[in-house]
Amino acid sequence: MTYLLSFILVSALATFATRVIPFLFLERHTEHPLIKHLGRYLPAAVMALLATVFLYRSADWQAGLPGLDALVAGLIVVGMHLWRRNALLSIVTGTAAYMIVVQTGVAA
Amino acid sequence: MNQSVFRLTLPILFGYLPLGTAFGVLFATQLDYPWWAAPLMGVLIYAGAGQILAVSLLAAGAGLVEVGVAMFVLNARHLFYGLSLLGRFRGAGWRKAYLIFGLTDETYSLLTSRSRGPDRHHEQLVDFRITAFNQSYWVVGCAVGALLGENVMFDSRGIEFALVALFIVLTLEQYHALKDLFPIWTGAAAAGVAMLVLPPAHQLIGAIALVTVVLLVHYHRLRTSATPVSREQSS
Repeated sequence: MTYLLSFILVSALATFATRVIPFLFLERHTEHPLIKHLGRYLPAAVMALLATVFLYRSADWQAGLPGLDALVAGLIVVGMHLWRRNALLSIVTGTAAYMIVVQTGVAA
Repeated sequence: MNQSVFRLTLPILFGYLPLGTAFGVLFATQLDYPWWAAPLMGVLIYAGAGQILAVSLLAAGAGLVEVGVAMFVLNARHLFYGLSLLGRFRGAGWRKAYLIFGLTDETYSLLTSRSRGPDRHHEQLVDFRITAFNQSYWVVGCAVGALLGENVMFDSRGIEFALVALFIVLTLEQYHALKDLFPIWTGAAAAGVAMLVLPPAHQLIGAIALVTVVLLVHYHRLRTSATPVSREQSS
């Protein structure tokens, strides 16, 4: 329980920090080219990084068809999102596909 | 005023209730903590992707330093939201702290896109209520999901893929806004390198550090090679 509460506290502080820092320190630097550069590229790079790491970790690399479970579900998310561009729909469809593959063991 | 604020935030309601519920279900089915911790996270952390990432970090029993770094970097995009609202929140008094705390992606897009009158104090009051309404939708979603997940028995194996799906969707949205594959490849390649050379516990931080270094080098080269203006236009 102590771990959970300190976990929540740390997460809350880290999240609040990202929202409050511009108001504390950056008031005079909004036009600095380095800030603009990071603002332009960093969010996309971090999202791609997280998607890659967690996609890799959710795959079963010991299966008969290694990694297919996560790869198929990931492609469904991409396809669904390119088609309908509804975030919730893409997430639900992809997750359902992954759950079916994992629970039926078709890729094993 | 409350009625018009409610109407304004209705699209957020339809987004936050189901996503908050998804988080709550994930929390209750993946972890052994009491259900009320899910809405508590909605109250104190209030970040969609952050809370969903938190579930997998909690499940792994991640160290608090890693948790802090991962949360900070995942939400780093918020650093750049505040920049465009610096003037708008000025002089909002005690409400300013909450306006900043509640600056999620959705609230940000609503606050920056809505039409505003000349009365600054009144507009800040409306901003404040919009933020509070949005967070209440989120917290209710978290609670409903956690109760559902705890009380409805179903085979939830594989539900943690929601996190991966969310990150894929956010990556596509970033690409859509940016129309530039460079940061996408940089992030994916950094993740690949980190997973090859580092143990799992340090891969996230390692990849994040690598991405930052690459972007700094990229910035430096843009500044020194060509004139910034012409490069900006060609990219």
